[in-house]
Amino acid sequence: MPPTSTTRPDWEGVALHIVSGKGGTGKSTVSAALALALASRGKTVLLCEVEARQGIAQLFDVPPLPYEERRIVAGPEGGGDVYALAIDLESALMEYLAMYYRLGRAGRALRTFGVIDFATTIAPGVRDVLLTGKLYEAVHRNRRAKNARHYDAVVLDAPPTGRISQFLNVNSELAGLAKVGPIRNQADGVTSLLRSPRTAVHLVTVLEDMPVQETADAIDELRSLGLPVGGVVVNLARRAELDEQELDLALTGTLDSDSLKADLESVGVRTSRPLLEGLLDEAREHAERRELEDEQRQRIRALDVPTYELPQLPEGIDLGGLYELAAELRRQGMA
Amino acid sequence: MSAARPTGRVGPLVASPVEAPDLDVEALLADPDTRIIVCCGSGGVGKTTTSAALALRVAERGRKVVVLTIDPARRLAQSMGIERLDNVPRPVPGLTGESGGTLDAMMLDMKRTFDDVVESQASPEKAAQILANPFYQAVSSSFAGTQEYMAMEKLGQLHADATATGRWDLIVVDTPPSRSALDFLDAPERLSGFLDGRLIRLLLAPARGPARLMTAGLSLITGALTKILGAQMLRDVQSFVAALDTLFGGFRQRAQKTYALLQADGTAFLVVAAPEPDALREAAYFVERLSEDQMPLAGLVVNRASRMPQGRMSAEQAAAAAERLEETEAESSSPHPLGTTGLTAGLLRLHADRIRIVARETRLRRRFSTAHPDVPTAVVPALSTDVHDLDGLRLVGDLLSRRP
Repeated sequence: MPPTSTTRPDWEGVALHIVSGKGGTGKSTVSAALALALASRGKTVLLCEVEARQGIAQLFDVPPLPYEERRIVAGPEGGGDVYALAIDLESALMEYLAMYYRLGRAGRALRTFGVIDFATTIAPGVRDVLLTGKLYEAVHRNRRAKNARHYDAVVLDAPPTGRISQFLNVNSELAGLAKVGPIRNQADGVTSLLRSPRTAVHLVTVLEDMPVQETADAIDELRSLGLPVGGVVVNLARRAELDEQELDLALTGTLDSDSLKADLESVGVRTSRPLLEGLLDEAREHAERRELEDEQRQRIRALDVPTYELPQLPEGIDLGGLYELAAELRRQGMA
Repeated sequence: MSAARPTGRVGPLVASPVEAPDLDVEALLADPDTRIIVCCGSGGVGKTTTSAALALRVAERGRKVVVLTIDPARRLAQSMGIERLDNVPRPVPGLTGESGGTLDAMMLDMKRTFDDVVESQASPEKAAQILANPFYQAVSSSFAGTQEYMAMEKLGQLHADATATGRWDLIVVDTPPSRSALDFLDAPERLSGFLDGRLIRLLLAPARGPARLMTAGLSLITGALTKILGAQMLRDVQSFVAALDTLFGGFRQRAQKTYALLQADGTAFLVVAAPEPDALREAAYFVERLSEDQMPLAGLVVNRASRMPQGRMSAEQAAAAAERLEETEAESSSPHPLGTTGLTAGLLRLHADRIRIVARETRLRRRFSTAHPDVPTAVVPALSTDVHDLDGLRLVGDLLSRRP
C-alpha cells in the first residue's frame, strides 16, 4: 500500500497545480506523477495538457485523448481517480463561445468566415486566453452546475519556463485591451484565480546550471507579477552511490585500484586493466557530476521554496516508473 | 490543428533495423555554398549551444558568420564574451584560427523587429499611429506566436544585408523551442489565407465604405464580434487591421521570399535532439515536416549521449557482483580488512546503471533511424561540465565534427 504519512501535504488548499520547467527537464512526467500522488489521497484529479503532443497518452500508455475528460487511472476502492484532458484549441473556442455567448447561427457563421481559424492559429495570445479559461472552468465547475464532475485538483502540464509568465499573465494583458464587457469579466475572473492561494506554480528543474538559472529567473518573474510560486521539483537526480570521502578520492584519481581488484576477484569477477581503469574513470566522472549537482542544490536551497527530489531511473520512464515517482512525491509531502 | 499540418507518418513502409549514416558536419561547414544553417528541435536539447558552437567553429575556419539566437541563456551570451545580446549583431571577441573569419551574435527582439518593419514600411505619421495602438502593443510584445514570424522576418533581413554588403557569408539560426518553431513554414500560406479571406474585408469594411454596403452575413458576424469583444475592442482591432493593411502585403511578400530562401540549395536544416523518447519523437515530427515541405534537411544531431564505459562487463554481471559483495560483507564476522567493499559495490552499480542508460539510448536512436533511414546523424557525447566560454564552445564544435 502507498506509504502513509501523518503530516499534512504541503499544498492542501491548492485546487490548481501548474507545472512548468525548462524544456527537457521532464515537466510532463512530473505533472503526471503529481496527479497520481494527489489521487492516491482519495482525490479526483484532472490532468491537462495544452501543447497538442499527446504526452499524457504516451506516458500512461493509452490511446490518444480526444477533447473530452477521460478517466485514465482509477484507484483501488475508496481511492481517487485521474482524468485527463488534451485541450484542443478549436473545440475549446467553440465551447467557450457557446458557454458565454449563446451565439447560435452566428457561431457557425464565425467558423465559415474564418474567424475561428484566425483566432486559433493567427491571432497570437488567443490560445493562452482559451487555455487558461478552460482551466478556470474546470476549477470552478462545482459551483456552476449540479451534475458536472467536480475535481478536487487540476494539474496542468504547462508551457515551459521561458513562456510561463506570459502564459499566466495573458488575462491581465487582455484586461488592458478589453476595458468593459464579457471578455473583461472573464479575464478578471481568471486573473484572480491565478493570483490566489488556490493556485500554485511548481517548477521542474534538473541539477544543471542553465535550468537552475531559468528556475530562479522564473521565480522572480512570477513573484513580480503576483503569481503564487509553488515548489521546485528536482528531477533526474543521480543516485548517490559514493560517500563524501570516496568522492574526494575519485575526483583526485586516488582510489585504490588494488583493493578494487581484490574485491572484484573475491566475488569471481575476472579483472583486466581496461575494466579497472574504466570503473575508476566512471567513478571520477560520477564524482565530477555530483560536485556540480551539489553546487546547483545549494543554489536551489537559496531560492527558499519547498523542494522535492526525484531520482533518475536508468531504464527510463514507463508506467511502473511513474508510480514510483508518484510515491516519492507523496512521501516527500508534495501531495 | 491547422489543416495544412501532416497527420500521418512519412517514411519507409518496411525497414530492417539500421544504423543511421554519419552526418559529416565538417563537410557541411566547409562547403562554401552553405549559406544558411537552421537548427530546430524541442526545448532543452542544446539547440542554442549547438548553433553557437557551429558558428564559432566555422568562423575560426575563415568564414564570416552571424548567429541569430532566439532566447539564449545569459551564461551562453557571456560565453561568447557578450554581456547582453540584443537585436543588433555584435562582434564576438577572442576568435583564433584562420584570419579573415568573423563572428557576430545577436538575439531576436521580437517587438523591436516588428517596430522596424512598421517604421520601414509605413509613412512616419501612419507608423506612429500603429505603434500607439494598444492592440499592436500587445501583439508585438507580449503574445505568443509573434516570435516565429519575427524570426523569419529577421532571417530575411540578415540575408538581404549579407547579399547586399557581403558582411556575412553564413547565417546560423536557432529557432524557438517548441513545435511551433516550424510555424514559420506556414506563415506565407496563413497570411495569404487571411488576407484573401472574408474576415479581413469584414474588419476593413467600416474603414473602407459605408455600412450599408454590408451584406446580411457580414452584419451577423459583426454583431457576433461586437457581442464577444465589446464595441470598443472591436474598434481597436479594426483600426489596428486597417492601419496594418498596407503592411500586410509586404509581410506576405517577404514571408514567401524567405520560404523560397529556406527551400534553396544554400540552406541546411539540422534537427537537434537528445536521446530521450520525447525529444526524438519531436525530432521525427520535424524531419517529416521538413521533407513534406521539401526543405533541405542536412541531418540529425543527438546531443547529450551517454558514453559507453570501457571494460567488458555487462550490466547484469556488474549488478550480480555488487550483490555478492554485499552478501559476503554481511555474512562475514570480520569486515574486509580494507573496508572497500561498499565502495566497490557502488562502482559496480554505477557501471550497471551506465550500461543500461547507454543501451536504452542506443535503442531509441536505432528506432529513429529505422523509421528514417536516410537521415544522417551525428551523436555528441554529454559533457560532464557546463559550457562557460569560447573554449567550451570549441570543445562542443570538435565533438560535433568528430567522425566516429
